[in-house]
Amino acid sequence: MATEELPVTSTSGQEDVEPIVGLKNCKLVSQGAEARVWETTFCGQPCIVKQRFSKKYRHPALDKKLTATRLKQEARSVLRARKAGVPTPVLYFVEVESASIYMERITGRSIRHLLGDGLLDAAGTARVMAEVGRLLALMHDGGLIHGDLTTSNMLVRESDGAVVMIDFGLSYNSKLPEDKGVDLYVMERALTSAHSQLEGLFDQILESYKKHSKQWSATFNRFAEGNTFP
Amino acid sequence: MLSLLWGVPLVGVNHCVGHIEMGRAVTGAVDPVVLYVSGGNTQVIAYSHQRYRIFGETIDMAVGNCLDRFARLLGLSNDPSPGYNIEQLAKQETVFAMLVEITERAMAHTGKNDVLVVGGVGCNERLQGMMRTMAEERGGTLYATDDRYCIDNGAMIAWPGLLAFKLGLTTPLKETTCTQRFRTDDVLVAWRDD
Repeated sequence: MATEELPVTSTSGQEDVEPIVGLKNCKLVSQGAEARVWETTFCGQPCIVKQRFSKKYRHPALDKKLTATRLKQEARSVLRARKAGVPTPVLYFVEVESASIYMERITGRSIRHLLGDGLLDAAGTARVMAEVGRLLALMHDGGLIHGDLTTSNMLVRESDGAVVMIDFGLSYNSKLPEDKGVDLYVMERALTSAHSQLEGLFDQILESYKKHSKQWSATFNRFAEGNTFP
Repeated sequence: MLSLLWGVPLVGVNHCVGHIEMGRAVTGAVDPVVLYVSGGNTQVIAYSHQRYRIFGETIDMAVGNCLDRFARLLGLSNDPSPGYNIEQLAKQETVFAMLVEITERAMAHTGKNDVLVVGGVGCNERLQGMMRTMAEERGGTLYATDDRYCIDNGAMIAWPGLLAFKLGLTTPLKETTCTQRFRTDDVLVAWRDD
């Protein structure tokens, strides 16, 4: 039988959200499933603060451990990506107590918006897809798996047109072809679900990936195997 | 056999769709994100355009199978269920927290606020409790059933069979087979048009 029949009204509206203690003039930009994103300035620079919040459904001990681990993992992944030559927001500061990461605010729009609003012509799309493929190759060859490759997590910077990768919240270190293959699979699924009207986007990415990755062959083999899964 | 004996039509039913439709019928959930957790399957499902689409699933091993194997490794009894006996010794916090987290992602992605938990592992009260906390924080509702409907049962096959039959959908005997590879999203959900 139904254990819960009456709809329950929201107990977590945005009105009870408090800005991070001690941070002045910050504006809530978005509230996701596991973090809030704020806009503010840091030492005079435009800044984004990503603050993870606790999940009440988890055991407090597990919650604390997961939040701390993911915070550290995200910060390390951003650094690893930058080391591999992948543009990301610059990391300004990590505050463990409030589970917050402070980073550079990129001025630009996501590839999802650019494609969705038809702001890129064929040549522009080809350039951006090739750049995405190149960055994924650099990242994977550098032993980093992004974990959430969607067009929402890639920005085109206004100042120089560079593609900037964001949100390393699910990233981890791995050199396994299997993990890289799954990363590409997630990318493909994201493209088909968000941009189904545009064809050939993923092929453009793969072509460029192949050109720039030294280990493309093993990765593509695993990726092809994944695609034949029922 | 029964169909031949009584001279009545036969209707093919997908096992997972059976769980979903039975859960919807029993709880009154309209359009929830569904977590299907049993010995053979772990899937996060949402309805869209006459299909129950799979948004996430474990590829290597189902949650129930994982708990069963873990219990066997520790030499725990199967009575009343391996998961229950693990629960008495330890909390299955980590596994359940992962399931709730993935379900929440699917809810955020699809913009649905209600959750329906089906399948044998779905009767676990700790899992239901965690899921309820998550759903309520999002302003939604948890729909769950107890062991009478969570565990495989005849009614969950009969009910979607009836829904299909009412639309004149039957399966000729010649085309009737059993397959473990019958995917949830292979079924055209003809009885829903929302």
